[in-house]
Amino acid sequence: MLRLEPRREPSKTMFYLTPLLAVILTLLAGAVLFAALGKPSLYGLQLIFIEPLQSARGLAELTVKATPLILIAVGLAIGFRGGIWNIGAEGQFALGAVGGSSVALAVYPDGGPWLVPLMCCAGIVSGMVWAAIPALLKTSFNANEILVSLMLTYVAILLLGMLVYGPLRDPEGLNFPESRLFQTSATLPLLWEGTRAHIGFLVALFAVALAWVLLQWHLVGFAIKVLGQAPRAARFAGFSANRLVWICFLISGGCAGLAGTFEAAGPVGQLVPAIPVGYGFTAIIVAFLGRLHPLGILIAGLLLALTYIGGETAQITMTVPSAITSVFQGFFLFFLLAVDVLVTHRIRFASSRRAARPVLQPAE
Amino acid sequence: MTPPLLEIDGISKSFPAVLANDDIRFSVASGEIHAILGENGAGKSTLVKMIYGLMKPDTGSMRLAGQLYSPARPSEARARGVGMVFQHFSLFEAMTVLENIAIGINPELTKGDLRGRIVEVSTAYGLKLDPARIVGTLSVGERQRVEIVRCLLQSPRLIIMDEPTSVLTPKEANVLFETLRCLASEGSSILYISHKLEEIRALCDHATVLRGGRVVGRCVPRKETARGLAEMMMGAALLPPQREAHPIGEIRLQLRSLSIASEEPFGVNLDAIDLDVRSGEIVGIAGVAGNGQTELMSALIGERLAEHAEAILINGVEAGLKGPNPRRALGTCFVPEERLGHGTAPDMSLTENATLSAIVRKSLTARGFIKTPVAAAFADEIIADYNVKTGGRDHLARSLSGGNLQKFIMGREILQAPSVLIASQPTWGVDAGAAASIHKALLRLAKSGTAILVISQDLEELFAIATRICVIANGRITEPKPVETLTIDAIGMAMGGQAPRRLAYAEA
Repeated sequence: MLRLEPRREPSKTMFYLTPLLAVILTLLAGAVLFAALGKPSLYGLQLIFIEPLQSARGLAELTVKATPLILIAVGLAIGFRGGIWNIGAEGQFALGAVGGSSVALAVYPDGGPWLVPLMCCAGIVSGMVWAAIPALLKTSFNANEILVSLMLTYVAILLLGMLVYGPLRDPEGLNFPESRLFQTSATLPLLWEGTRAHIGFLVALFAVALAWVLLQWHLVGFAIKVLGQAPRAARFAGFSANRLVWICFLISGGCAGLAGTFEAAGPVGQLVPAIPVGYGFTAIIVAFLGRLHPLGILIAGLLLALTYIGGETAQITMTVPSAITSVFQGFFLFFLLAVDVLVTHRIRFASSRRAARPVLQPAE
Repeated sequence: MTPPLLEIDGISKSFPAVLANDDIRFSVASGEIHAILGENGAGKSTLVKMIYGLMKPDTGSMRLAGQLYSPARPSEARARGVGMVFQHFSLFEAMTVLENIAIGINPELTKGDLRGRIVEVSTAYGLKLDPARIVGTLSVGERQRVEIVRCLLQSPRLIIMDEPTSVLTPKEANVLFETLRCLASEGSSILYISHKLEEIRALCDHATVLRGGRVVGRCVPRKETARGLAEMMMGAALLPPQREAHPIGEIRLQLRSLSIASEEPFGVNLDAIDLDVRSGEIVGIAGVAGNGQTELMSALIGERLAEHAEAILINGVEAGLKGPNPRRALGTCFVPEERLGHGTAPDMSLTENATLSAIVRKSLTARGFIKTPVAAAFADEIIADYNVKTGGRDHLARSLSGGNLQKFIMGREILQAPSVLIASQPTWGVDAGAAASIHKALLRLAKSGTAILVISQDLEELFAIATRICVIANGRITEPKPVETLTIDAIGMAMGGQAPRRLAYAEA
């Protein structure tokens, strides 16, 4: 008989092992899924998880998809550590794309080496402004930040649509709801010529390092962790919860906004209504799969990016529905939540009484 | 001959690496009040959890009224007539008293006029309770009444009481004792878990003493001295704290008509509190739980700000509008009542918890970065100097026993060399050994010239360490009087009337 027994202290090993276990279970469930669809299981998994890693193009695409995921997830994880739930990264991402693009379009066709940094700043500020709304409502009226940030996502997407159909529409674009193609100086420098891999990936890596330093060594990171685990203890320590709410929302909003600008100025090269494709929501899975730890998020971001690319490959090669990507992402989150119980509990087989007595020690 | 109501026969229970109960044997007769006496960690809680069906013994058996008794869950224990009042409350804060009671008892009891029966039982036993109140707004003492009433409603044959008086006033405790005696005379048996020796002597017919998971003594408590019991419990001689006369200096902490409206809908407003605490003295604030102590503590820490800067003066500096850390910079350290979740973050390591309140006074940051090696050294210093029993500074705060965590918090604050120390319930739920060492540390700190303010519901404690004592009632405090001029009776009267009790370590 299987029995769950609470542990006296949460297991550190299990804390880092469970994401791996979730990945293994996802692969198994994926194999079963392919079999149920009447497709060869191993071939399907190989297409999704191995094939993209075997070509330079695949690796380059991996960084393209991983960049927004990692950048957004790192920002979100800082807030999540403090129990501050920004669920609206998708909207901040869309606004960031609008902000960055607006700068490029405003100076069109001029440009220079100053343009990309300026667009990035505009993207960061736009994301921050959008994230400031839930922060303001939270700190002044104690409004639930989950609901406010989530609902603002839809407002942001409609706002993006309004701008693309209106003022930002390409005047020579035959009324298609798209902006102009950006001038060359408004597109991100590439990492490898001939691919879409851009320097945004390096920025994402830098953000991972910064977040790691912040959470590990900085007082603000410490305050966020205390706030997340024991709000009264944070108050006792003199950390202002309102200030931390602002800090977390501005960081996560800024990261999402920057990711939005990268998406527009990188792989897309213009502002289109379909810029927000769900990175802001997938990043929540990335953050949790990575254990809210910057390095974990780096790995989780690459893994989830793989499901995007592999899902497309599988869709084309094996004629499976495009939902295959979402299904795999759902598996990841589902299994992670399911095996999480092992961190605080252990599994016992049967209710066997221990034969050997442990040494006498004072009990707890 | 009728068999004893409860027979415990050779029960053992082990946890990974710990033998919590080792071959425990004793019996409780019908109508007997039986004490289980032992320090924190002696295995009392494990033992009663097995009797109440929360855990299963590894070996050994129990009999209830002659019948084999092995409850698999608390509802089975309750069905057999065993009730329990916990030390840590299992109540839902957002629900009313009535709802909490209704979900905690066997369903058939909730039929009919439950509200009426709650009022009936609570008035019959002097445990004032409004069934419509939200539990979140109740004080610690009031929450315990909910637990006791919930247990009594089921008219149990055996009532297990786990440290029930630790949050009651002496008067309330005496009322509870009357209740328990009355229940015993009606034939119910009571298993009374405590480390308060005086009340065990006053109340209990027999006592079983546990240490390190084993039965180390059985006695009739009335025939023993409190000191004798304490030594049996600790296995070592108990030294009372030594008070030495030392000079009282200038005023360090001043409260000038401090008034604050409570944040809670049923909280107590602080009403024009005036108080001076001088260097070298310990001022005690006695009072029944829920009379403004929580509000006063958060006003003193700076979690709630006063209306005027001059309402609180620390070393002569106006601090009423300053937050916790500026007050720490002025020389004040704080020990909150709640150890887990307020004084410490339960899921963080001892190093991180040492950092929590010492950032300012121990200069634990440089340009915003935490000096982790310094913080770790500070944690080690606390653990060593205050004899905190733990596997090391990387262990979580929640893994420490109550007494050890309290020693850690005390050490953290005292080692910051405060010129003013404010402590709330410094020995709440702490065993006699740890309480004595905390009292000694406070007396030593006062001697070195610190001004100390202690908020406590434990009068024995205040009489043992305080220089002057005042009483908080309904958000106001009385004029503090030198302890020599006071009797426990007089203080008790100010709190709402009570009977005299003597000090455990003043005897022998």
